[in-house]
Amino acid sequence: MIILEDVSKSYSTGAPALNGISLHIEPGEFVFIVGDSGSGKSTLIKLLLRELTPTSGKIFVNKYDLSKLKRRKIPKFRRNIGVVFQDFRLLKDRNVYENVAFAQRVIEVPPREMRKNVPSMLSMVGLAEKYKARPRELSGGEQQRVALARALVNKPPILLADEPTGNLDPKNSWEIMKLLEEINKSGTTVLVVTHNREIVNAMRKRVITMKKGIIVSDEKKGGYIDED
Amino acid sequence: MRISTFGYTLKQGLKNIFRNKIFSLATIATIGACVFLFGLFYSVVMNFQNIVKEAQSGIAVTVFFDEDISDERIREIGDLISLRAEVSNIEFVSADEAWETFKREELGEYVETFGDDNPLDTCANFEIYLNDVSMQDALVTYLESIDGIRDINKSVIVANILSSMNSLISYVSIGIIFILLAVSIFLISNTVAIGITVRKEEISIMKLIGATDFVVRSPFVIEGILLGLVGAGIPLVAIYFIYNNVIEYVVGRFTILDSLLTFLSAKTVFSTLVPISIIMGVGIGFLGSFVTVRKHLKV
Repeated sequence: MIILEDVSKSYSTGAPALNGISLHIEPGEFVFIVGDSGSGKSTLIKLLLRELTPTSGKIFVNKYDLSKLKRRKIPKFRRNIGVVFQDFRLLKDRNVYENVAFAQRVIEVPPREMRKNVPSMLSMVGLAEKYKARPRELSGGEQQRVALARALVNKPPILLADEPTGNLDPKNSWEIMKLLEEINKSGTTVLVVTHNREIVNAMRKRVITMKKGIIVSDEKKGGYIDED
Repeated sequence: MRISTFGYTLKQGLKNIFRNKIFSLATIATIGACVFLFGLFYSVVMNFQNIVKEAQSGIAVTVFFDEDISDERIREIGDLISLRAEVSNIEFVSADEAWETFKREELGEYVETFGDDNPLDTCANFEIYLNDVSMQDALVTYLESIDGIRDINKSVIVANILSSMNSLISYVSIGIIFILLAVSIFLISNTVAIGITVRKEEISIMKLIGATDFVVRSPFVIEGILLGLVGAGIPLVAIYFIYNNVIEYVVGRFTILDSLLTFLSAKTVFSTLVPISIIMGVGIGFLGSFVTVRKHLKV
């Protein structure tokens, strides 16, 4: 599903952000990617979304060879990946329904299907009742659920969550992680970048630890490895 | 693009206009100012060109024939001249007509002294009117090569002045239009850039979800086109009223000008000004939004 072969990425400023990393993630896996700031996590996410191209090495995502992917094919490729961010990135001027429907509109899903898919996705994240609310009327946890619904409404095989609990309190963090686990059980490959030691240690999933652009540990049922 | 997507895009374009009222007003004002200046300038230039053209149409080259020429040969010469591209109209003036005109315009009360004689007996001629006074020299060179022509009268100085004025108007028009276009594209690009910064996040979300550049760009381009249309429409209405009032005032206040200058009707000026201005407004709106969104598409 996701394969990285000896991938390096250097920015024009100098030091490499990723230094020859190789990685293999199977379909349906749940993977945590952990590491301190500057460890290369964000660069890895950007490479997987094809926001960046590697300086060297090969990346395959869902059978797409990203090093050969033409610019005009990027939109179609990205429809394979749902993304969730720490700051939710919801459209503040649109209500919950419109925020989720937005993902369907931009890929031109017929309105009839959209009217079916959006409420069903909102039910799944537990926000069916609040479909008319604006993001500012929701709590952080609810906003992240909307973001999750938007990421999943197009049924992507992969979900990338970049610090999904970074702005949430422990209760909401756990609820979001439970949702991610459910999504994973339904067959979606889930990659979660996080700093949340408690959650990583409790969930006993595969944990990839990064430091200064390299993978320092990759454990099947791992925990959060301290820097020191 | 699906019809439903087009409908949504159009709705978003319209919503964007009202959502960012200050930005929309700034854009309309910028496009409006450019189209207004262009329209005023265009109306003045069109009238000026018309006045020059009217003056040009009164300039004629006069051709006199050899004394012993036959009527048949005069007809042949007339046919040859009328075939030339430089000629818009050719009129034959017989010796009697020439004398009658001279008597009427020049002699006045002294006409009696000439009795029944026609001193212009050998002055039958062709008055040749030109399509463009700058072609006068080429026509005169041709006329000099024709057998049976004794003399050619031409208006070198007037023709040269009018020809130079025509060129000057053309050059100045092109120059000012380019300056106006450059200024308006610069202003629109800046105004759109300010407006788009607000929606940078929306664009990046669309791109990450998998929207094509076309889908991302469409609402912004529609917004630009609509603003361009409104921006062009308002100054056109203003210019229409200003134009009619100014012409009415000038003709009413300076009656002497009426016989010298012929102003174009608003209908004539607007039959070309309206499509040009709308294309200009829509074009500026389209280009401004298209180019500015492009900068943010590289996500």
